[in-house]
Amino acid sequence: MPITDQERIELQRRANAVRKDIVDVTGWSGGAHIGGSLSMVDMLTTLYWKYMKVDPANPLWEDRDRFVLSKGHGGVGHAVVLAHKGYFPKEELKDFNHTGSNLGMHLDSHKAKGVDASTGSMGHGLCQAVGMAIGARVLDKPFHVYCVVGDGESNEGSIWEAAMSAAHYKLSNLTAFLDRNRMMIDGPTETVMRLEPLADKWTAFGWKVRVVDGHDYGQLVDAIDFALTYKEGPVMVLCNTIKGKGVDFMENDPAWHYGGLNTDMVAKAQKSLEKFDV
Amino acid sequence: MTPEGGLSWTVYDANKLAPREIYGIVLADLGSIHPNIVGLSADLAKSTKIETFGNKFPDRFFNFGIAESNMFGAAAGMAKVGLIPFVSTFSAFASMRACEFLRTDICYQNLNCKVIATHGGTSFGSAGTTHHAIEDLSIVRAFANLTVIVPADGIETANAVRACMDIDGPVYIRIGRGFEPPIFTTEDYGFQIGKAVEMCPGTDITVIACGCTVFHAVNAAKILKDEDGLSVRVLNMHTIKPIDEEAILKAVHDTRRIITVEDHNVIGGLGTAVADVIAASGKGCAFNKLGVQDAFSPHGYPEDLLNLNKIDMDGIVEKVRELMGREFEADEDWEDEV
Repeated sequence: MPITDQERIELQRRANAVRKDIVDVTGWSGGAHIGGSLSMVDMLTTLYWKYMKVDPANPLWEDRDRFVLSKGHGGVGHAVVLAHKGYFPKEELKDFNHTGSNLGMHLDSHKAKGVDASTGSMGHGLCQAVGMAIGARVLDKPFHVYCVVGDGESNEGSIWEAAMSAAHYKLSNLTAFLDRNRMMIDGPTETVMRLEPLADKWTAFGWKVRVVDGHDYGQLVDAIDFALTYKEGPVMVLCNTIKGKGVDFMENDPAWHYGGLNTDMVAKAQKSLEKFDV
Repeated sequence: MTPEGGLSWTVYDANKLAPREIYGIVLADLGSIHPNIVGLSADLAKSTKIETFGNKFPDRFFNFGIAESNMFGAAAGMAKVGLIPFVSTFSAFASMRACEFLRTDICYQNLNCKVIATHGGTSFGSAGTTHHAIEDLSIVRAFANLTVIVPADGIETANAVRACMDIDGPVYIRIGRGFEPPIFTTEDYGFQIGKAVEMCPGTDITVIACGCTVFHAVNAAKILKDEDGLSVRVLNMHTIKPIDEEAILKAVHDTRRIITVEDHNVIGGLGTAVADVIAASGKGCAFNKLGVQDAFSPHGYPEDLLNLNKIDMDGIVEKVRELMGREFEADEDWEDEV
């Protein structure tokens, strides 16, 4: 369903609150993958608050939609989303990365409620998502599988193995999102290992591709609506995003792939995000 | 024995079929009982015989092409939503090409996936080092949550495939290419995961073997009895992990001499697992490991490679004689040792 003005405002509010908490957790935890977490927040917010059929009170509900964060280092962003969604108290975020806590850099599906697959090593999540989508078909389950893939992660051969198999098995119950923030640890993706023409690659691998501004809820919603009605195979929503989105001194700077924040930096980042309050 | 659900082991002829053929047939039968079983192949359905399952249940069989990493990752996803995937490929690829996917996706998440790794050890002789798996046990033994089984022949393969269904977690079953001679004539010998099978009783020395070397160890024991008058205990240590510590400690106590035999590098496999138990016990024991002596194995006929690596009957006989000739002071008072 196309997005309403009210929904857009609510998603914006939620996304900005999530981003502010990501900044706080980065401060508390001593360091986190903040850049790539901030870039994917709008996709996750749209999925969790508009589309995904989940029950935070019953996180293992068999028929729930599945979400796999293939770019598992975005764990801090995912954890904040899950806390906002009510899977666990926000208080738990204060112990992120701490010994003995349920939440760490790469989320563990046995510990963090709402996490459907343990990820972290690159190029694993999409493979697991393919298996889940095939599983839904074998078990005749109605659930949909959503998966967020990183662009740096797309250097991995297993991503393309998974892409091939999803198209081969015409997995229309699988929708992937590519967080195309164009930055990886060592620099711009096109400098480190060229990915373009990326949309053409996914098309050539048999996916239906929708290229959107990954921070525009209207475009995200249109693409997801398309994906949910397209029955011929998997859909890739290629989201052009900004690494570090919302925090002015982090945007498009690969140095903020992973970093720590002292009190002053947290305050500065929060001030930057306040500009997006609605 | 007719297990629940009407599965009958008489569906195969163990004297005429290779373990992987028997595995295919048994899995196809298990598929009738367990609708959640799915079969996965990476373009080796014919070679690993999982095609027998695939032909019977085409809607529950998935070929991933020559892409083992994705296949193991997808298996994890399938298990996550409630299926029981049987993943088949050659041991070399299961343990090395797909290594991290087996470790991180399947074992770390403790998922109910069964890996049937065929062409283990040097059994694919003529294919050479690229297709030999003499490191796989060492690699996968280090994965927490994983049960590791190396059946001795086709009948034991059938038993292992059935028994692995009782484990709600990952299991790695390593079988050969299919020229292993049958040892068991009946499946009803008390197979139990984690419990060694005593193939021959003995008091002078214990030979602990797994996989295809069990056959050779049994034959070696007969020769040693006839020609040397030796009483050789042969243990079929089909489960490498968790290893049967009790059987090993009993062998140390009763025979004070142990030789391990495996179609695998002597580093990290059965021999190492047994050595760990002996060392931790603090008891004295003359010990030796037979296997591939930390070298890449050349191509050749499998029986020639077993001979080359001294893990066939001749090699075992030779090593037993050597170890029996070694000066070894066995203290009668077990309790004195630390």
